[in-house]
Amino acid sequence: MSMNRGGRPTSAQGGGSSDSPTFTGNRALMIEEPLLFEVGDISKTGVDLDEPEAHDSRLGSLARSEIGLPGLTEPEVMRHYVRLSQKNFAIDAGIYPLGSCTMKHNPRLNEKMARLPGFGDIHPLQPQSSVQGALELIDTLAAWLLELTGMAGVAMSPKAGAHGEFCGMAAIKAAQLAKGDARSVVLVPESAHGTNPATAALLGYKVRDVPAREDGTVSPDAVKEALGPDVAAIMLTNPNTCGLFERDIVAIADAVHEAGAYFYCDGANFTAIVGKAKPGDLGVDCMHINLHKTFSTPHGGGGPGSGPVVFSDAIAPYAPVPYVVRNGEEFTLVETAGAAKGAKPFGRQTAFHGQMGMFVRALAYMMSHGCDGLRQASEDAVLNANYVRAGLRDVMTQPFGDRVCMHEVLFDDSFLKDTGVTTLDFAKAMIDEGFHPMTMYFPLVVHGAMLIEPTESESKASLDQFIAALRDLVRAAKGNDKERLTGAPHHAPWARLDETRAARQPVLRWSPEKPAEAAE
Amino acid sequence: MRYLPLTDADRQSMLATIGVQDIGELFADIPQDVRLKELVDLPRRAGEMDVERQLGAMAARNTSASSVPFFVGCGAYKHHVPASVDHLIQRSEFLTAYTPYQPEVSQGTLQVLFEFQTQVAMLTGMEVANASMYDGSTACGEAVLMAQRLTRRTRAVLSGGLHPQYRNVVEMLADLTEFPLHALSADPAGDEDLIGAIDDETACVVVQSPDVFGRVRDLSAISAAAHEKGALLIAVVTEVVSLGALKPPGEMGADIVAAEGQSIGVGLNFGGPYVGLLATQRKFTRQMPGRVCGETVDANGKRGFVLTLSTREQHIRREKATSNICTNSGLCALAFTIHLSLLGEAGLMRLARINHANAVVLADALSGIKDVELVTPAFFNEFTIRVPGKGIDTVEALARKGVLGGVPAARLAPDQAGLDDLIIVAATEVNSADDRETYVKALQEVLS
Amino acid sequence: MAEMKYTEDHEYLRVDGDVATIGITNHAQEQLGDVVFVELPDVGKVCAKGEEAAVVESVKAAAEINAPASGEVVETNSDLESNPGLVNEDPEGGAWFIKLKLSDKSELDGMMDAEAYGKFVAEQS
Repeated sequence: MSMNRGGRPTSAQGGGSSDSPTFTGNRALMIEEPLLFEVGDISKTGVDLDEPEAHDSRLGSLARSEIGLPGLTEPEVMRHYVRLSQKNFAIDAGIYPLGSCTMKHNPRLNEKMARLPGFGDIHPLQPQSSVQGALELIDTLAAWLLELTGMAGVAMSPKAGAHGEFCGMAAIKAAQLAKGDARSVVLVPESAHGTNPATAALLGYKVRDVPAREDGTVSPDAVKEALGPDVAAIMLTNPNTCGLFERDIVAIADAVHEAGAYFYCDGANFTAIVGKAKPGDLGVDCMHINLHKTFSTPHGGGGPGSGPVVFSDAIAPYAPVPYVVRNGEEFTLVETAGAAKGAKPFGRQTAFHGQMGMFVRALAYMMSHGCDGLRQASEDAVLNANYVRAGLRDVMTQPFGDRVCMHEVLFDDSFLKDTGVTTLDFAKAMIDEGFHPMTMYFPLVVHGAMLIEPTESESKASLDQFIAALRDLVRAAKGNDKERLTGAPHHAPWARLDETRAARQPVLRWSPEKPAEAAE
Repeated sequence: MRYLPLTDADRQSMLATIGVQDIGELFADIPQDVRLKELVDLPRRAGEMDVERQLGAMAARNTSASSVPFFVGCGAYKHHVPASVDHLIQRSEFLTAYTPYQPEVSQGTLQVLFEFQTQVAMLTGMEVANASMYDGSTACGEAVLMAQRLTRRTRAVLSGGLHPQYRNVVEMLADLTEFPLHALSADPAGDEDLIGAIDDETACVVVQSPDVFGRVRDLSAISAAAHEKGALLIAVVTEVVSLGALKPPGEMGADIVAAEGQSIGVGLNFGGPYVGLLATQRKFTRQMPGRVCGETVDANGKRGFVLTLSTREQHIRREKATSNICTNSGLCALAFTIHLSLLGEAGLMRLARINHANAVVLADALSGIKDVELVTPAFFNEFTIRVPGKGIDTVEALARKGVLGGVPAARLAPDQAGLDDLIIVAATEVNSADDRETYVKALQEVLS
Repeated sequence: MAEMKYTEDHEYLRVDGDVATIGITNHAQEQLGDVVFVELPDVGKVCAKGEEAAVVESVKAAAEINAPASGEVVETNSDLESNPGLVNEDPEGGAWFIKLKLSDKSELDGMMDAEAYGKFVAEQS
């Protein structure tokens, strides 16, 4: 028998060292990419347009001669942005357990539906007779939100969570002013998201902190202590930022109402209780809903979000314009305060009618799940968070003891005490393991906080690997393998970035006079 | 359920690991009497086909811009977006990433934001820009608040040419955050005395160009007058393609530019999501609201980008933040950046010339119709005509003939006098000669 | 001979006659981390005790410097605006923030001296 021993080797021979330099600086699939302004050319364009028709200019003396913008042809644009995309972590690539951000799967059916020409290619100021289906969609989504929350009214136009917070608090302010009952203080627990005090301050309120009790929740007594005739409202997140359901929420709401104040609920964590409890039954007066968290519209690298707000009977009349009114099969958009019959809208928060593209996606998600699937999703989200807690409770530390959590589990850094490893190191080491870090140093009330929200989108196998990897990192932190954490990430395309330099000498744009230094 | 990976067997074994009997125990903190025993009153789960059918039926009841001769503008414009833009923004790594708080694994988004900020600064003729706002109208509101912080004054003056819904946003802020506002009346004739409205208490004067009626305005004299009184000029642009043809606000003394970026890369979407642009001078950077990306190096000296100046923001500054803004409009900013990279200066300037040409030709043809008058002599791609009778009725009658012919000015501001017979008409590169001919013929018929 | 006073907000006052040079302590700069920005008041500003006089920002935090005593701002340290990192390098020397002409020196009476402040910091950590 003769055997051909030539040809391609089938086992690894040599190589594999990550330190060997390459000529280009590239690393196989990880390709360096300069700035658009360094690769583009002012004379290039990636669009073919005909010459304009002959015409007399009506621009007067205001014509522009140059801009300085480089262009690229289509193949160059594809390369540039595909290479950039490859430098991002994403939900579609792996677990993204950012607490209080709800990084769940973004179904692609949603994308397809939002791009139907009947939704994506209609203008906000077309005659209403030509957009009846779009108004129907807004009205249908509003009805789903009202049923899920048990509330009386809804404003669909807020563009994001913080915009929704402003909407709710503005409606509360308008309601109190209408009663001649101007108040000056808003209660905010220390564990709140930073947008809560920022929103209250923007509306001219003073912020009064409410301390949490030892188990991480707010006590009705502390709220009663802080309440007074000057208090307009409380802004409370539920489930709260420690991942716990505020178990005395009904008593808190009663106390707040007793004092003539209103209850603003930050709905950032609504995902935990959809189909399990209705905020309307808890005494809530206003709550924003982050469609980009609870109802799966994509985060897109930081937006766009969408933050509809639901209202109780007391506040609903003050909701802003625009809103949709249904009359049989006909839908009308009320666009101005003057046209609002029987209501007293506080005004308008944005041009047009809100984040329609996000409405379509959210409704597609809700219809896909249905009442049964939405409840199952909440249960799975809570189950997954508790499974992570169970898998890590003997090696990591929880600030409020080992107790049942909602959709996210909070650890602190006491398990790292005396190791020389910080929360930041621990989080950066997760990058090397192929995970996105958890939310860290938030909420502020817990030292070295690590907030993990796996969401319902993770399989058991995925969680098992995640838990095993974190256990191994704890072992490394406590043993002789600290460099794995303190120097992390070791395997990301960039090492830790110098944020001090960025903030001390801000360079916020490329400029032709002083070209940004080339990457080394 | 197709989006939920856990099996019933997984759930049972996980409950056992946690040490509870059933899922109810994990919800024990919810008071018993408010815990839902039954499913909420909504339909049950549905497959992809079923959802497509239901939503498809709703979509089919709308008249899409591409399906008819289309001339509607006023803050949102129908432009052609190259196919590659939508393909790229749907890449998982862009679509399903969060805000780039972990720069080591977010350089894609961060470099895009740095490119976006640079493009916006170049386009507006300003020194710096932020990483985007919700939309143009909210950027306008934030610009007013920013000017108040910078000048330590509160009074705002609004031009009557400002988009009425932008004006409503500022009015709402003035009502609820309690500052003095001087908003001039709607100004289709272009003869308002804006300079006379600026006094020593004025924080800012807000002027749109091209204004809501389409008129292009020279801002130089207004900025000089504002600066004389210690006030700032906020320039609003709702059609950014105009910056491919018109002198940018930065060359006319603007201190802050608030613009709607929808025209580049972002579709009509019935009003959102869009992308707000906010640009200013370098010395005002620290009072700029919203996220901003900056250049730096990593531990090995390699160039990279991070979100920076974050101590201005709510998550650190809380009640002392410059704004309560958290989210930006990341994916729309990406679409804007990609489309503008494809256009480049050469493409954008040609696109702007085509828009202007189509508008000029249409304006001349429409104003040639008996009893139709062109109200705005200087314009870019949008102009206002006066018709006999009510503009609202004319637009509805045109729609019945299959032409979406513009926005009746009175729809935007029913409380303002003198707008009833005005229609604001936009023309862009998507309008063919046939579209224009159809429009002219339809208007003749409606008016005869 | 200047006299050093310290507050519980980790500010120091170097008192020379009726003028106090005010800055933040070494302990405070350690807590803040890398300082990236300093905002100073206008010279001539009259501050009541406890009123916000300056702002200091690090990469991770922002803090207000409140006037520890009442008085008029007679000088500010503009070096900090161009080189905020000085606060980390030399907090109790070159990185002073403002000089305040004190309107009521009795306000200094309750403040700590260096030894008491050292104890105060030790107790806090």
